[in-house]
Parts: sequence; C-alpha cells; structure tokens
Amino acid sequence: MKLVISKQAIENNQLDKVEEISGEKIYRCYQCGRCSAGCPMVEAMDITPNQVIHMLQIGDPEVLTAKAPWLCAACHTCDVRCPHGIDISRIMEAIRLLSLRRNEDFLAPDSLPGEVYEEMPQIALVAAFRKFTA
Amino acid sequence: MTKIAYYPGCTLKDQALGFEETTIAVMKKLGVELAELSRWNCCGTVYSLSSDNLMLQTAPLRNLVRVKEDGYDAVVTLCSMCYNTLKRANDLVREEPEKLDKLNLFMNREEVDYTSDVKVYHLLEYMRDEIGFDAIKKAVKLPLEGMKLAAYYGCLLTRPETLGFDDVENPTSLDKLISAMGAEPVKYAYKTECCGSYETVSAPAAVAERTYSIVKSAASAGAQAILTSCPLCFYNLDSRQKLAKKSHGDLKEMPIMYITQPLAVAFGLDQEICRFERNQIKPDSLFEKLMSPSGEST
Amino acid sequence: MKRIGVFVCHCGINVASTVDPEKVVEEVSKHPNVAFATNYVYMCSDPGQETIRKAIEEHKLDGVVVAACSPTLHQNTFRKLITRSGLNYYQHETANIREWCSWVHKDKEEATRKAVKIVLTAVEKVLKDENLEAISVPVTKKALVIGGGIAGIQTALDIANAGHQVLLVEKKPSIGGHMAQLSETFPTLDCSQCIMTPRMVEVAQHPNITLMTNSEVLEVGGYVGNFEVKIKKNPTYVDWSKCTGCGICTKECRLEGKIPDDFNQGLTKRGAAYIMFPQAVPLKATIDPNNCLMVTRGKCGKEPKCVAACTAEAINFDMKEEIVEEKVGAIVTATGYELYSKKNLGEYGAGDIPDVVDGLTFERILSASGPTNGEVRRPSDGQVPKEVVFVQCAGSRDKEFHRPYCSKICCMYTAKHAMLYKHNVHDGQAYVFYIDVRTGGKGYEEFYDRTTEEERVVYLRGKVSRIFQDGDKVMVWGIDTLTGKKVEIAADMVVLATAMVPQEDIKELSSKLKIQIDENDWLSEAHPKLRPVETLTSGIFLAGAAQGPKDIPETVSQASGAASKVLALFSKDTFERDPLIADVDEDLCVGCGVCVEICPYGARELDKARGIVTVNPVLCEGCGACAAGCPSGAITHANFSAKQILNMVTPYLDK
Repeated sequence: MKLVISKQAIENNQLDKVEEISGEKIYRCYQCGRCSAGCPMVEAMDITPNQVIHMLQIGDPEVLTAKAPWLCAACHTCDVRCPHGIDISRIMEAIRLLSLRRNEDFLAPDSLPGEVYEEMPQIALVAAFRKFTA
Repeated sequence: MTKIAYYPGCTLKDQALGFEETTIAVMKKLGVELAELSRWNCCGTVYSLSSDNLMLQTAPLRNLVRVKEDGYDAVVTLCSMCYNTLKRANDLVREEPEKLDKLNLFMNREEVDYTSDVKVYHLLEYMRDEIGFDAIKKAVKLPLEGMKLAAYYGCLLTRPETLGFDDVENPTSLDKLISAMGAEPVKYAYKTECCGSYETVSAPAAVAERTYSIVKSAASAGAQAILTSCPLCFYNLDSRQKLAKKSHGDLKEMPIMYITQPLAVAFGLDQEICRFERNQIKPDSLFEKLMSPSGEST
Repeated sequence: MKRIGVFVCHCGINVASTVDPEKVVEEVSKHPNVAFATNYVYMCSDPGQETIRKAIEEHKLDGVVVAACSPTLHQNTFRKLITRSGLNYYQHETANIREWCSWVHKDKEEATRKAVKIVLTAVEKVLKDENLEAISVPVTKKALVIGGGIAGIQTALDIANAGHQVLLVEKKPSIGGHMAQLSETFPTLDCSQCIMTPRMVEVAQHPNITLMTNSEVLEVGGYVGNFEVKIKKNPTYVDWSKCTGCGICTKECRLEGKIPDDFNQGLTKRGAAYIMFPQAVPLKATIDPNNCLMVTRGKCGKEPKCVAACTAEAINFDMKEEIVEEKVGAIVTATGYELYSKKNLGEYGAGDIPDVVDGLTFERILSASGPTNGEVRRPSDGQVPKEVVFVQCAGSRDKEFHRPYCSKICCMYTAKHAMLYKHNVHDGQAYVFYIDVRTGGKGYEEFYDRTTEEERVVYLRGKVSRIFQDGDKVMVWGIDTLTGKKVEIAADMVVLATAMVPQEDIKELSSKLKIQIDENDWLSEAHPKLRPVETLTSGIFLAGAAQGPKDIPETVSQASGAASKVLALFSKDTFERDPLIADVDEDLCVGCGVCVEICPYGARELDKARGIVTVNPVLCEGCGACAAGCPSGAITHANFSAKQILNMVTPYLDK
C-alpha cells in the first residue's frame, strides 16, 4: 500500500476541522504512543490512538473511516498521561462529530433489540446516544 | 442537622435506587440531610468534548441554576458520572466568563443568570472534607471485620486531573471510607482502570473483557466485593460478568456494591434499603457472618 | 566646536532596501556639528573601517557615529578602530537603523525619515560624550571551584597546572560526584572509577590545590578579580590529620547497617561513622551528624564504640563548624546534577515498587565494587532477573507534568545498561522502551549498534504508560508504535531512565553568587552558542552538568573551557572594566539612601558620617536604575547625563 502525501492531501483530510472542534493541536504530538499504551479499549481497536493522530498529521484518509474513534470510552487515561498535554479523547470526539454532524448515526437507536431498553440503565443509553447519534 | 442540596441524576431513581436510599439513611445518621433539588434535569451524562458547541453545556448548568434557586451554594451528587459532568461544566464557565455569558443567553428564560459560584461535591469528597472519616468510623455499629473490599474509582472520579479531589494515579478516599467501615481495602492494580463505560451498548464484548480484567485483578488481591459509586461501572462490573464468563471460564463471581451499601450495614441499618435484589450477583452472603452488638446476626 | 563624522552602512540590502542611505547622509549633513557624512555597503568590513579611519584624519573628527546594525554586534569593533586614530574609545555611538528601523518597517519614505532621526539622536549623544578611561581592577590569582565531581576536578587541575592556586570546595566528604558511582562509562566501557581516581588523587596531592570537602560556600561578596568568599567547613567529628582511613570505626558503629547509604542509592545501609566509598578522596572517616547518637542526643551507650575502636584517637565530638574566609579572583560553579525522583512518577509506582530502580541505582548493582559485587540481582529478593525492562524518558521530554527537556545521556546509558546486563546475565532478555534513540557523540551510534546486533536487546518504540506490582513480577504496559500493538511485559526488574535535574539548593547558590538560572533551574550561560562557560556575572564561570544535561566528554571539555577563561583573567595583574557607570554629585545628594535599595549589584553604600552615598566603581554595572530613582537628581551616569538624554530626544520631536 502507498500513501501519496502533499499539503493539499493533508488539508483535504479535515485536519483543520478536527483542530477546531477539539481545540487540540495535532502537530503537538511527537508519537510517543503513551496514549495507546494506557488505553483500555486499544485491544479492540483497528488502529491505535497514536496512529489516529499520526494519520491526521500525514493526511491518511483511512482515519476518517476507522473504527477506533467509535471505541473510545472517553476515559481520559490518555489525557492524564500524555507528556505534551494533549487530550486525545477530544480528538476522538472531533472525528466522531465529523460524521455525526453530517447526520450519520453510528448507532441507530432502532437497531438495538428491545431487551436492551429493558435491562440497561438510562446512564448507559443516554451516554451512548449522546456520543453515537447525530 | 446540616442540610445540603442533593442532585440525584436519572439512574439513582431507578436501577441505582439502593445507592440513593442507603446514602440518604447513612447521611442522616451523620447529621446531614440531603435535600433533593425541587427541580432537576438529566445532567447530560457525558461531558461534551467539543470546543465549538456550547449548547451541550446547558444541561449540566441548568441544574446548578436550580441549586441556587433552592437557596444553596453547594450540591452533592452520588453518581461519579454526574459529578464529572457537573463539575467540568462548572469549571469551564468559571475559567471562561465569555462562555458563561453566552450560556446565560441560551438559558435566558431562567429567572436568574448563573454566576459559576456553586460548589459541586462528590459524596466521597463531602464525606472526607466536611464530615471526616473519623466521624464516620465513630458512627459504625457493626464494623465489617475481616471483610476485604476493593475500592473501584474508575475514570470519572479522578480524571482529568483538573477535577482535583483525589490523586490521579493513586486515589485513597474510597479506601479510607472502607477502612472507616472496619473492612480492609485491598491493594490491586485496576482501581482506576476504565470499565468501558457507554461502549457497553455498542461493543459489549470489549466491555466484558474489561470486566474480566478488573474483577480478576481485585480477586487476585483477595477482594470479596468491589465498591463503586457509578451506576454505569456498576452495570458493567456486575451484569457483564455473565458475558465475560463465556470467554473466560476462570472468572469467579464477584459481587459489586455501591459505596454506601456496606456502610449502611455497618451503621446497623436494615439491609433492605440496600436493595440487593437489583444486583445480578448477590452480595448478601458477605454479610451473613456479621454479628450485631447484641450477639445476633443481621 | 566638536566635529562629528557620520557613516551610514547599507548592510548589503538589510538596511538599504528599506532605508535610503544617500538621503540619510544628505539630511544629517545639515546638522551644524556634522563635519563629514558618507555611506558604504558594509561598514564593518576592512574597506569600510578604512573609510572611517581616513575620514577621522582628513576631516579632523572628534567623534564618530556609525549608522548600522545593533551595537551588540559591532560597537566594540568601531570603538577599537577609532582608538587607533587617536580618539578616545567612548567617542563613538551606534545609530541602530537596522533592528530599530529597516528590519521592522516597509515604507521606504517613512523608514528613511525615521532613520534620519535615529542618526541625529546618536549625533546629539556623541556631542556630549566625554573621554573615559577603563577602570583597572587588581586580580587575585586564586580560583574557587565549587563542586568536586569530574567537572570541578578537571577545572581545578587545569588551573593548578597553569601555576595558580585553586580552592576546591565539595559538599560531600569525598570528591568524585556521580561519576564515581558509575560502573562503566560509554562508549568505551572503561571502569569509571579506574579512569577517575587517578585524577582524584592528583587533586589531593597537587601543591596548588587546597581541597575542602564536607564544606559549603556560605557567602560570596566582592567582584571579579576580588571575590570575598566565606566557606563553612562542616564538622566531620573525625580529626583528619590523625585518621588513617582504616575503617574500623565504620564497622564498630552502634548504628552500623541501619542508615541507607546514599552512595549505594539506598541499596545498602551504613552506620553513622562511615567512609563514602573505598576509593574516597580524602580517604577519611566522617560521622553523619543527622543520625549519630552522640551528635543528636549527646549519648551513645556507655561510650561511643567508634572512640573505643579508633587506635589513632582521631574521633573528636567537640569539633565545631569552621568558617574560612578567602579572597579569590574567579569562581567556577561545577555543582553537577541529581536525578528526578521516582516519587514524582505515580504511573510508574511512585517509588514504592522495590524492583523499579533508577539509572544510578542500576549502576551500583552493575558495579564490581557495589552491593552485589557486580552481579545483577534485584533489590526485593536478590534473585537474578531474567526479563529486564528499561524505560527511557522517565520524566524527560514531558512539557505537561515533569521536565520538558531531553536529558541527553539516557539513550546512551540505557544502551550501556542493557549491554552490561546481558554481559552479566547471558540468558537474560532486555527490552528498551524508547521514543527516539539519541546517539550524538563520537562512537555512540556504533555502540548502540552493538547493543541491538550483538546483545539482541529488543527495542520497542513507545512510551510506557503504567508499571505496577503483580505478585513477584513487575507489569509493564507499553506500546509498540511501529506495529501498532499494545504490549505487556511481566518483568523481573525495571530500570527507569529518570530525568537529570539541577541540585536541590541551586536557587540558593545562584542568589549567593548573583548568577542566573533558566526556566528549568539550570545555571544560565552568557550566550547559548558562543559563551557557554561564562555567566553574565563577570568572573564567575560554569562547568559541567550544572549548566545543563551533558555527558562526560562534554563536561570535561567545558571544564577545561572554564579553566581557560579563568587563566585568561589571571594572565594579567589587572582587569579592565567598563567605565560607563553611575556617580554621585555630592553637592546634590541628601543621603536618603533610596538608590542603595534600588541597586541590584550592591554597588552603593550610604556613608552615614558624610551623609551621602558612595559608589563602588567596580561593582556598578551601569544599569541606570539608581539614576532613575534618585529624587534629588544627584546621580550622574557617565555618558548618559540628563542633558544628553534631553538633547537626544529633540530630533524625535521634530516633524
């Protein structure tokens, strides 16, 4: 596989938008990987949190369709350990919002079986819908 | 009797009713009346992590307006997630007054503007700073002698570090509460490791893995139960053990409790208010061996 | 009537593209005192300077204004030039039409108009400049070196070998610093103490070096060439003129085996009577005043056991601290570094996990003269660790919570540690978690190659997030960013490459010496590129890690560099100081003393008997704060008089 990199490609990859929504500076990351090392959900992810940031840095469009941002639990472990003070959970939220704000639900409420609504506490459902629906 | 405003949050009235009932009873014994806000709304559960959409902060902030309306300057909440969301929204507008102005505009139908001066307490914080663990120890009638409990803080009580009420890597407030109850807080590695939170809806298998790791870690350290103050952690640690057992045959059942449930028992209160019937894995057997001061078991 | 020459430099296109030099010449020539004005491409060049020289001669100039770049660059160049034509050094002023004008404006007309004003201002100053002579100060040819590590030792030897007296003051009972604790040094794997101890002995035996260990600098007064220092000799309670260094007292001490031994990083315990290490210089016993029962409680059983055991009768509990006063001409600060405490790293166990150690501790474990005789064994149970994890950047490169800078030496010493571990435990496995591997010295990259290729150390690119105890293993959670996988290692032992930090008391020392520290508390050099061994305080120099993280070759180079500055100072009997200082008009001075408080250099003193303030011309740095603060206008500042400044303002007020 090959990635053709150019200034245009990086800009087209929503880097500025992600920075604006998250309030974080993507190029502040020096790829130490500590965020990924401490992430509770990394084993389920297709790309690691540091790879998410790196792909934004180099303009790799795969980051916008990756599963990883949708597995983020907003636990802030990455945030409190990052040596450059980057809050990676905000970057994950920004990537999610790129599609949510285009009215694309990640989790369709009517896709969940009825029992889920019976047994799951409100806190889980409201949180999930706030994070995953448009 | 000291009175303090109390914000329950949605789940405390439903699945986590036992948490509320035991807390109200326990606090009463400690001379504190939890006055539920006359009006309140859902805090929004998760704190919004986007910088460009202030509307999402109105949900938590409205509750703080309610606190002032009821005539209080401080509010206590039991649910870790409510605490996290309310506190961070409050800190945001305290640090950035222009955002507060905008939010007051959004909420212009409220009678008063919010002035970012409400103090948001988590129950543990209030117990530690305003009541003191010594006072709690004194009120214990039935020390939970020999009981080994794991304090589970999860994410929301300690992160981000700006919350500031306990140490990020090595918090101790819940461990101290456990000691005050007469039980032994176990030392284990997963006390601040995330349970998976809302991923329980969209990625339950991943959450089950977390459940397994956390429960196993507490069990290896000798814990007989895990205590938490978050209804979502409670659900993940309790209800997801079934799913976890499917891939991990070595998982032994571990009862999960809210922090005030064993405390209520230690205070000699009727176990009924714990509402243990709502637990998937019943903790009742833990208390069977306890003797009351009169020599009878509870 | 003073005749001024004005020389406008183009500075290539730096000035000339925005300021019209010919127009400037035309305008300033209108000033009645400007006897000659010209412009040239590069005034600082040989032909440029020749233009000035010729003009002074031909037009009989009394003063010169060069309109060019900032005076920090060439003021001295032109001042030296005019002295060669017989003018006084101070009859030149720079009109900065580059940094102040051409480099910050775009409009040529406006910039040229402004440049003219700047030049005229300089002309007004030169008109009233007086001839001044540099102030001569005698130099005491004795140096004080603070710190007895490799930097201090090297500096002291260099100065002493050049024939001058050196006073070497060291806080601990022995010299040697951290280098003495190391097992082997990279990249040669020389035994550290073997290469260092000959120098330590040289210092002890050198006729020109006075070694004062167990001592601290208490107070520093005076000025370059004439520092007055007070040194506190802390009592050792052992008469070193009698002590033979036999070590019997250290074994007999009632507290033997009870006090954590700093030299061995707490891996062993010593008594209150101790010798720092077997190769200590001086090789004498010391009694620890914080723990010794006699010193702290006045009673040690029936009789102190050390007194009973010492055949040389050297123990003396009546010893008091001694204050020594010395005059020195130069001071070199070589106080070295410490390691960032593990207690600060909560996610790595906050220092509570016994088998998580730092670099210096691992050095003691590796050292043949260390607590395990050079066998790698872990602190908790003395077992030989088979899986060892090395964590780089523990506390360094962290803008958010710890130290923002790179500590420079860790990549190399970690490779060395991994290599030495493998030499010792052949069937062991070493892992290094890194973000980068920095090997910027001679032979360093080749050394690192050996670590990976020959020793098969596994390098994992990723920063460790958490370390915790799990049974008898130490769990390490990291990431391999190159494969994108979270990694988990159940290690037997973990070595943290913790950040280098300055000495704990560096703030105190820097204010005693009146030198600056930077935002990370390292001592500040006068210029990061070109003046690395000097401070901004004349006569005080820097050597070694006290100025910033560095390895041994750099430290030794810097130490010799500092020594050379001292030797330059000592090469003459007097030292010339700038005469652009403040003075006092005795008639106007009412003796209110406000200026005394204001002066940051302690150069002013209230003479109560005469009711006026006097100025020490050697301490005054000419900052002008006193002149601004004097309510009576009694302070005159050489070549910056009030009248001069008023005249200088006038061109700016014209349209």
